[in-house]
Amino acid sequence: MAAEGAGINWYKYSAPHTFYPLAGRLIPWFAGLALAFCLIGLYIGFFVAPTEARQGEAYRIIFIHVPAAWMSMFIYVVMAFWAALGLAFNTRLSSMMASALAPTGALMTFIALWTGALWGRPTWGTYWVWDARLTSELILLFLYFGFLALEAAIEDTRRADRACAVLALVGVVNVPIIYFSVKWWNTLHQGATISLESAPKMATTMFAGMGMLALGFWMYCIAAALHRVRSIILERERRADWVREVT
Amino acid sequence: MSWGGWSDFWAMGGYAGFVWGSYGVTLLALALEVHLLRRRRARALAAVRRTQAQMARDLDESTS
Repeated sequence: MAAEGAGINWYKYSAPHTFYPLAGRLIPWFAGLALAFCLIGLYIGFFVAPTEARQGEAYRIIFIHVPAAWMSMFIYVVMAFWAALGLAFNTRLSSMMASALAPTGALMTFIALWTGALWGRPTWGTYWVWDARLTSELILLFLYFGFLALEAAIEDTRRADRACAVLALVGVVNVPIIYFSVKWWNTLHQGATISLESAPKMATTMFAGMGMLALGFWMYCIAAALHRVRSIILERERRADWVREVT
Repeated sequence: MSWGGWSDFWAMGGYAGFVWGSYGVTLLALALEVHLLRRRRARALAAVRRTQAQMARDLDESTS
């Protein structure tokens, strides 16, 4: 109860017992927004956006590929941020947030790689190529797996949190490499992106559909992470009195 | 709407396997995560009940 008397809300909500009910109230809102944005995005993507001149209908994979790829990188940065906060200030909830984000981040990375492969085959003629963008995104998946494996391997949660935080922080260097890979190196990935941008008439509805699905994925990831962090709080604080009262 | 009909829509201009393979696996992956989230919560709640019941028993034994 050290938070009492501090008088700052920020501290109040960094305590697991106050964050747990707050997260519970927020989940339905984020889940609802996720569903709404995704449905609007899918409608625009399939029924408003026209056929792409060079790629035909295969380009419609973009509406989930790009949002998933964005989330895969964004979640990693947020995960590393919470992990660093937990490492620096030994705050329990920060480390739990990092742990809650890792599986969803891995899932988004898998979706980005899978949809990318299925998009690459009809447009580039290959499912996979070892170029900078694809390879660095695959390394991102392995970093998420490494985080999860390390966490599972260390029984003491405090030690696991610290080890995972170091891994997350070392791995964060990979995110700008993924993001700028298409500028720094000549990759196969860049060619296809440019051909989409060179059709400005389509850009408006195409970007609208992609933007809606990006918002939908974002809201989904928040809802999933909040749901998972509530389970993690219960797992770690199962002996606490407040847990008996809320379950 | 740029489709001639539903069969035209599902055919995706000859790219049905790629487009629906992408969307289908994405949907499956998200459904799997939602299932795993619910299972983890159910297990966490069960663990809380077990632990709290054990703590109550231990307390009874130490006070009686």
